[in-house]
Amino acid sequence: MKNTDLPEAGKQDTFRTSLARIPLLGWLIGALVAVLLEHLTGLRLAEALLLPKVPVLFGLVTMLKTPLLIPSSVFYVLLIYILPTFIVARLTRPLTNRLSAGLFNLSPAVSAVIHLGVFYAALHLWSEISDYRVLTVKLTLIAIMLTLSLNLINGYMGEFSCSHPGFMALGAYTASVFTLSLFTDSRMFGTAVFQAGYGPFLFPAALILGGFTAAAGALIIAIPSFRTRGDYLAIISLAFMFIVKSMIENMEVIGGPRGLGGQPDYANLPAVFVWTVLCVWMINNFVQSVLGKALNAVRDDETAADAMTVNTRQTKMTAFMFGAFWAGIAGGLFAHVLRYVNPATFGIQNLAEVLAMVYFGGLNSVYGSIVGAVSMNLLGEALRPLEIYKWIIIPLLLILVMIFRPAGLIAFKEFNVRNLIRPRG
Amino acid sequence: MTFFFQNVINALQWGSFYAMIALGYSMVYSILMLFNFAHGDIFMVGAYIGVGVATVLVTLTSSGAIVLPGWLILVLTILISMFLTSFVGMFVERVGYRPLRDAPRASAAITGLMIGIILETGNLAIMGATRVKFPPIIESVTYNIGGVFVTNKKIMIVVISLMFMFALHQFVQRTKWGMAMRAMSFDYVAVPLMGVPMNTIAAMTFAIGSALASVAGILFGIAYPVLDPYMGIVFGWKAFVAAILGGRGSILGATLAGFLLGFIEIFVAMVFPSTLRDLIAYSIILLILVFRPHGFFGEPYSAQLRL
Repeated sequence: MKNTDLPEAGKQDTFRTSLARIPLLGWLIGALVAVLLEHLTGLRLAEALLLPKVPVLFGLVTMLKTPLLIPSSVFYVLLIYILPTFIVARLTRPLTNRLSAGLFNLSPAVSAVIHLGVFYAALHLWSEISDYRVLTVKLTLIAIMLTLSLNLINGYMGEFSCSHPGFMALGAYTASVFTLSLFTDSRMFGTAVFQAGYGPFLFPAALILGGFTAAAGALIIAIPSFRTRGDYLAIISLAFMFIVKSMIENMEVIGGPRGLGGQPDYANLPAVFVWTVLCVWMINNFVQSVLGKALNAVRDDETAADAMTVNTRQTKMTAFMFGAFWAGIAGGLFAHVLRYVNPATFGIQNLAEVLAMVYFGGLNSVYGSIVGAVSMNLLGEALRPLEIYKWIIIPLLLILVMIFRPAGLIAFKEFNVRNLIRPRG
Repeated sequence: MTFFFQNVINALQWGSFYAMIALGYSMVYSILMLFNFAHGDIFMVGAYIGVGVATVLVTLTSSGAIVLPGWLILVLTILISMFLTSFVGMFVERVGYRPLRDAPRASAAITGLMIGIILETGNLAIMGATRVKFPPIIESVTYNIGGVFVTNKKIMIVVISLMFMFALHQFVQRTKWGMAMRAMSFDYVAVPLMGVPMNTIAAMTFAIGSALASVAGILFGIAYPVLDPYMGIVFGWKAFVAAILGGRGSILGATLAGFLLGFIEIFVAMVFPSTLRDLIAYSIILLILVFRPHGFFGEPYSAQLRL
């Protein structure tokens, strides 16, 4: 791999170019070392800096709660995260470059898996510090899946779908009923059918079943909606969302408005991570495939796409159901992470959040979805001390983004894994 | 039978709220081809402004500073609130919609949604979590017509809303500005080239829609005197669906669909348990849309989505 956009090694080694030549592996190893450092010295450093405990979210919450601790928090983040990451990444640069070149030449797929492994190790160690971090990471990962699957419909397909909370609810309830009735003794569904030990192995089946239920729901919307173009889908999907919510509220078998609780604890961090990676990988492949390109063609000009032998209706239906499938899986994971669902969760509020993440991050872009989901979730957690003013700041931010970048922060950008993991030396 | 007519009266009242809000959605949608998702919250703000104006007028009257009869207080409340709320609408248009006129249409929908959240939260932050009560302006009188109980408030609500709908219809059909609006909804690109001031028309559309929403808010406050900051959400989304059901740009359609929604909701609650209300109402709407994709009076159009 020869990179023309990067300066040759040995020439003027400015700060920026020296950072640009660190491969992704270097950064990941740096992050891993930083997290290890936090494990070893975090508590003592926090005490020395007069912080009450280890800052859970990069000190953002602490800063807003007690402004006096801003310098300490900044120091903590600098000493624990930023400096070690930079130093390790810079020092190991020759090594990591050679390593990633070797892996890349061996097989990009293996290299990608190893990158993911290192990333997961860092994430796992980071979240191990507190339960709050684990929950935040899980919910953020689920948000990524939701955002990406909605981006498939609203960004890549260019329709305006409002039914994502409905799909999520279908997935969540199907998966919950599956696990609750088969593997647990619950008041609602009687004694367990199988031994509880089988549960974690059949959990993917529960999720996939949830995904298929959501896709079937999508089919109900898709059959009438895609006859005409325009804002038809927006209305029908909105009505569908309310119908699903109201239907669940009226089904006493699954708890009605009181909700459904006590799901077994199958959605641990590795499971959620693996499903998220799977989701990103599959949706990214989908949008780069012939079908994905056909989808973009349908969005830009349906008549022209039709003339170019694209089966527009089938393309739209496939993409819509695929997006709904992943929303269903995300819903199933969501139910097993919180271990409680009620129909009120899947309302307008949820819709506004998912839409905000999609349009903040950027349409038609996998990067955008990841950035949107992560930043919105972190922002939401970090601004928690502001109480209700949080719901003035976040919408204002989104309005500004919409005005200055109407398609979102990182829109219309291709997510290229090969480019991401290539060596840079 | 009296039970049936009793519910007809209730449905007329309930439907007139939906119809009044749906008109605002419908006008913005027909002229700018945008969804104004902040409209439900403008309805809420209108109701709160109405409370403020009514409270001031009632206190002035009771303290003896000015002497106003009840009906005049009501008329003044409606007119002043309409005037004030129309500025809220124009502000929403200026901040959230005008900068995004050439952007993807969905982005404008998002700004509308976000302005709605800001209005709700802002209200919660300013007024606090306590619910606001609408001051009693007119005495409630109940008439018994053959076993059907009708209050003067219900009659007044239906009559006032029908009056405003008729006035709007006349405005759109008979005046020069109304003609400009109809032309704009017919062709979004060519009409501004003919010298029709786009920005003025857009601002005016929002102003009229918001003024109607504020009337709906005041009438709602008279019927159900307790207001809360999130009241716009439920009404707003349902009225939005009604506006689409009526057909793009059709005042008659939006009115009829609003009343239809009111009738469906009241009669479903009459026959079935009231928890099934949303389920059945939306299912009926879904069925209607399957067979009439463009609503009752909408013309089939080919919208090239600007994305």
